[in-house]
Amino acid sequence: MIDRWIGNIDLLVIAPVLNIQLLLDGVFVGAIFALAAYGMALVWGVMNVKNLAQGDFVIMGGYIAYVLTLQGIHPIFGLPIAMVVMFIFGWGVYRVIISRVINKDMFTSLLATFGLALVVQQLLNLAFGPEVQVAESHFEINSIFDGLVTVANIKVISLFLAAVLAILIVSFMKYSRMGQAIRATAQDPRAAMVMGIDTERIYAFTFALNAAICGAAGALISMIWVIQPFFGIGHSIRSFVIVTAAGLGNLPGVIVTGLGLGVAELYGGFVLGAELQQFTVVGLLVGVLVWRQIQQKRHRQVVQ
Amino acid sequence: MTPMIEVTGVSKSFGGVVANTNVSLEVPQGRITGLIGPNGSGKTTMFNSIVGYHPIDEGSIKFEGREISDLQVQEIARLGLLRTFQQTRIYSKMDCVKNMLISVPHRDESWGTIFRAYPPEVTEKAERLLDFVGLHAKRRLIAGDLSFGQQKLLEFAMALMNEPKVLLLDEPTAGINPTLINGLIDRLKRASEELGVTLFVIEHNMPVIMSLADNVYCLANGRVLAHGTPAEVQNDERVINAYLGAHYTVDDE
Amino acid sequence: MNLFSRQAAPYLIYLVGGIALPVLFPNYMFQFTVLWVMILLAVTWDILGGQMGYNSLGNIFFFGAGMYVCAVTQIGLYYDVAEYTASFGAVKVDFTADQYYTGLFLGILAAGFSCIFFAIVFGWVVFGLRGPYFAIGTLGVALAAGELVGAWDYVGGGGGVSLPVYPGEPDDRAAFFYILNFVLAVAAFLAARGVYRGRFGLAINAIRDDEEKAEGMGIHTKRYKTIGWAISAFFVGMSGALFGNMIGFIEPLEIAFPTVTFGIFMVVMCLLGGKGTLWGPVIGATVFHAFKEVTWTYMLGWQWVALGTLIIVNVVFFQQGIMGWMQETWPEKFGLVVDDGLAAEETDLEVSR
Repeated sequence: MIDRWIGNIDLLVIAPVLNIQLLLDGVFVGAIFALAAYGMALVWGVMNVKNLAQGDFVIMGGYIAYVLTLQGIHPIFGLPIAMVVMFIFGWGVYRVIISRVINKDMFTSLLATFGLALVVQQLLNLAFGPEVQVAESHFEINSIFDGLVTVANIKVISLFLAAVLAILIVSFMKYSRMGQAIRATAQDPRAAMVMGIDTERIYAFTFALNAAICGAAGALISMIWVIQPFFGIGHSIRSFVIVTAAGLGNLPGVIVTGLGLGVAELYGGFVLGAELQQFTVVGLLVGVLVWRQIQQKRHRQVVQ
Repeated sequence: MTPMIEVTGVSKSFGGVVANTNVSLEVPQGRITGLIGPNGSGKTTMFNSIVGYHPIDEGSIKFEGREISDLQVQEIARLGLLRTFQQTRIYSKMDCVKNMLISVPHRDESWGTIFRAYPPEVTEKAERLLDFVGLHAKRRLIAGDLSFGQQKLLEFAMALMNEPKVLLLDEPTAGINPTLINGLIDRLKRASEELGVTLFVIEHNMPVIMSLADNVYCLANGRVLAHGTPAEVQNDERVINAYLGAHYTVDDE
Repeated sequence: MNLFSRQAAPYLIYLVGGIALPVLFPNYMFQFTVLWVMILLAVTWDILGGQMGYNSLGNIFFFGAGMYVCAVTQIGLYYDVAEYTASFGAVKVDFTADQYYTGLFLGILAAGFSCIFFAIVFGWVVFGLRGPYFAIGTLGVALAAGELVGAWDYVGGGGGVSLPVYPGEPDDRAAFFYILNFVLAVAAFLAARGVYRGRFGLAINAIRDDEEKAEGMGIHTKRYKTIGWAISAFFVGMSGALFGNMIGFIEPLEIAFPTVTFGIFMVVMCLLGGKGTLWGPVIGATVFHAFKEVTWTYMLGWQWVALGTLIIVNVVFFQQGIMGWMQETWPEKFGLVVDDGLAAEETDLEVSR
């Protein structure tokens, strides 16, 4: 097994152009990871809820885009529709479930979102079956470097869309009244309430916004990668890894870490083999947590 | 005689905020030493540094002549150096007696004793100490259900149960009804005299600390501003200015 | 009602039920066996989760680890493991009855003790984490183990390992595994009860209530955490070994490391029954298992949705669990003293001097 890995690493050295392919694909997919991670960080920072159903929201968004392609609507137009649908869904989930666990201990919110993840996964499985799906965009695939590196146009568009979305969201958070209200509530909910901010509405909006972000991420994933009802947990873990490694308030960190995770995952899949591609994500999770512990130990603190 | 605690030139910052600068103080054995100073002067940070809650940036902290600044909280506690918390921390889901039982000194615990029950003498001692602080009637109540003042007493009793050599008390009278403070002070004095525990007390309540302490340190802006007997410190102009807000540093002498 | 009969009641119910039910309903022997597996998983999880406050989502790691260690021992004692797994059953291997029982016995012991070792190593990796980080970190280790083992050809990789065949009739086999699982579950329960009674029980409760305070009082927190996990791992590992043999075939993600199913069930069962109580996990496991069997039979296709909904409802509306609810409704009957009867007597501090 290890010989195979070494063989693969040799390949990367012998044919440097392979690295470019991996890097590009890693960045394309990593940008989406960063988007989903930002949504998780938002909910975490504002409401202290760790949403284990994050990845399943992403997959839901993907299926919305997929279903729309079956109706003949191109996935790029499916993206805003997915965002709207997921926003409404997120608001509903907040009212029914999240609002009741928000002030309880942290494990409660983890378990509640886990239960939600289970329900969503299974409903998607019942509706669509366990085969992987893609939302076909029918765009061209180009190649550079004499055909050694393929670049699907849709991936470039996806990266562009992810960047546009990121800029829109950040601007919203910085300049709009609602964005400022959200940030105020995140810093001190009681002070916000005293100032007349309706914190319940803020929380509902934040959670719904996160769901919308996941919806967008899901639409993009369905375009450039694959969706499957049980892939949700993988995306949840990716978001968690990025948020843990980058820290909550650190937007540039989230972007860089997200891109890095995408690249790492593709390299991992290449070097270790297809069967261990899933392992790369969890392996990185454990790695990040061990690294944080070592960091904290120097200050005689724990990771909490 | 070696002081119980010897702090020499200790500095500690958190990011950009300097909490303590070059603080030196001594806590002599068997006496009650006070630590006063306006809010934000670095008193709790000093306590935290002494008990090993965080590493210090510079300086040395010795306990009974032995350097402890590189030790962990549990190790320092097992040496006999304990603290109580400003917000009062007890084990909220266990009853008072159990809170006391688990507070026995753990330096004697070994792999062989882990699964045994505590012998009856330990329970007797626990109930005696609960009686000492006046919680005997409440001993079967869940600690989390006690009032704040009662929890403070429980925390104090738990500390005594641990047979400490030195006890750091962080604002022991904060939040206590003024008419009940005398009872608490009485118990602190008795702990010091009868049980031989050295006390190092942070206090904001001036009459309390002046009647309780044998000598007092005053911190301001993270530095030691003055120290001496209560009377000396009370009348020190720099101390008065520090509390009243005039900007005064040690160098402006 | 005197305390003796109330305390003895659950013991009687489970012991009598454990002996009578498989005799009365032999067709359901397998389901009863799984019930004891669930009870063991819940009781062991609660040592960490309910009593110590460390909510692990990865205890299932020991289930799979024990299962594989046992299998490798059982096979490895008599044949070359790599050849055996590579053949994928093309080479039919016969184990004699002697070989089977010896292999099984040694395998179970190996599973238990290797899991104690794993717990110590695992603990070093995750005990610096708290709360959600600990939960997700343990989940990550369990998932990672499943993936890694699935790629390891020595133990059959993704194709899995088939185990030695039981030398006897199917009915005897069912009874054999029932009895073993029953005995193991009872042993785990008695072990948990035993450790909760001594100072160990107080120490882990203190860690749960306020770990920093416990450290500040000189308690050897790391030692207690590791021991608690080792005890849990020991029993879960042996349970995994038995389970693998009972199914007859180990598949890494579905059977050995079913993180998203059994791994989460443990948590749900304890929550349902009441975290941090002695009988809570047992009752929770029983109710949960019954619920699961009913929904699997009558709600096929929707059983997972029902399960997820149960989790949400439990977490959101019924956090104290069955035991917690009973303790709140009838406090005197469940050993919680409201007051010493001396409520009128005031503390010294409250009498003015």
